[in-house]
Amino acid sequence: MAKSPHNTLLFRTLSVLSPLTLLLVWELLARIHAIDTRLFSSPSLIVQAFAPLALSGELILNTLVSVQRVVLGFVAGAAPGIVLGMSMGLSPFVRSAVEPMIAATYPIPKLAIMPLILLVFGLGETSKVFTIAIGVFYLVVINTMAGVLNIDKIYLDVAKNFGASRKDFYLTVAFPGALPLIFAGLKLGMGMALILIVAAEMSAAKAGVGWMIWRAYDMFDIERMFVALIVLSVLGYIFSLLLDAVERWVVPWKQQ
Amino acid sequence: MAKEPGIKLEGVSKCFESRTGPVTALETIDLDIRDGEFFCIVGPSGCGKTTLLRILAGLEDSTSGKVLVRQGGGNRPLNSMVFQEQSVFPWMTVRANVSYGLRLRGVPAKERNEIAASYIRKIGLSKFADCYPHQLSGGMKQRVSVARAFANDPEILLMDEPFGALDEQNRIILQQELLRIWEETHKTTVFITHSIDEALCLGDRVLIMTAHPGRVKAIIDIDLPRPRDIAEIRTTLHYNELFQTVWLTLRDEVLKGKELEMAQGK
Repeated sequence: MAKSPHNTLLFRTLSVLSPLTLLLVWELLARIHAIDTRLFSSPSLIVQAFAPLALSGELILNTLVSVQRVVLGFVAGAAPGIVLGMSMGLSPFVRSAVEPMIAATYPIPKLAIMPLILLVFGLGETSKVFTIAIGVFYLVVINTMAGVLNIDKIYLDVAKNFGASRKDFYLTVAFPGALPLIFAGLKLGMGMALILIVAAEMSAAKAGVGWMIWRAYDMFDIERMFVALIVLSVLGYIFSLLLDAVERWVVPWKQQ
Repeated sequence: MAKEPGIKLEGVSKCFESRTGPVTALETIDLDIRDGEFFCIVGPSGCGKTTLLRILAGLEDSTSGKVLVRQGGGNRPLNSMVFQEQSVFPWMTVRANVSYGLRLRGVPAKERNEIAASYIRKIGLSKFADCYPHQLSGGMKQRVSVARAFANDPEILLMDEPFGALDEQNRIILQQELLRIWEETHKTTVFITHSIDEALCLGDRVLIMTAHPGRVKAIIDIDLPRPRDIAEIRTTLHYNELFQTVWLTLRDEVLKGKELEMAQGK
């Protein structure tokens, strides 16, 4: 527990020092050949590999290609997920009709249906966007439905007592009440999107961060692979910061 | 000429289906609540007083009987309820919560903001108008709930132990505030409480209900002068006499209610 400012400072310093130490140990082990640099590279080698990749524009290009796929897939999965999840939460009729299908297909690993997606949509952009969309969709639809179902019954009584119409009820109770869990679903979906982009770019892609990784594997270019991994990590971090910012803006009433 | 009643209940009954068969919660309640009256209901726990209020609020249907609420004309809503538990919307600011009823009725933004602001001022939360409920204390939230009901300007106000969850000091302050706002409007109010003291401090009359099933046991006039000061009124002899009368009427029912609970093995 951080009781005094002194303690807070200590913990902050620790949080910065520990990853730096890890990098240092990694570099040291590489220098004294305790680890095989052909497999594990070293921080300095990765930095050396980073500069030309960044300067040639190759890294930026691949990153943008992946970002575009992630964003498109995310939106294509989240939007219908929210709409269907809201309907399932609000209507027992829709819920009974749709929930068995969701429950039955949700456990199928999304990677397992990639070959089918490739057959249906071909090798172009659509198949990659669709793979991501489907992964995001399930997480958003399930969380949105739970968000609506978890709204305290008292708020339904208040809306009814104050004479809310069906539309009023959606806009003033159901949707705002479900928002915290909708965002939980969106955040999980974003994590899923980053997993799936690498898998989707494994087959039949000519660009993208995931493609870079598989390309580096083919060429046994470990440094290039690490650079791509770092880009993915940074992307994940930026996306989660963005979602947090949107959440603070849309759900200002949530207790932090 | 007798004044037209604000609320008239004729033979209102309510049965629930339970696993052990049908349960009668309310049995043939006949009641006239006067226009502009502050009407309190006390009764042992489980006597169906909340059910009665929910029927008045239109949140539940009675199994038989009729409920009539005098409609004064205009587009005034029939009733607004202040609930026992925390019921202000966490996703709306104090201002939006208080003007909720007006918004649903299509009152223009400017007008409803003015009305809301005046009630927010009455409950002393002007500084918190743009805050969200999680930034408020329990007592402040319940003030917002009271203001939300008043701002909606209904024919009747329904309150289900609105101060039940508050500590005593906060409760006294909110009771006094409620009295002050009510004195300004004299809206017909039905107020449920388990506290005899609260019923005597606030009400014009108090209905004592029987233990299961809920029936009208007695209605007692609380002829304490208004406007009332809660601290002052409690020291009067008449308050103590009334307290005695209500308690003696209620006591048998409370004991009967306990016996019933024991018999059911609760």
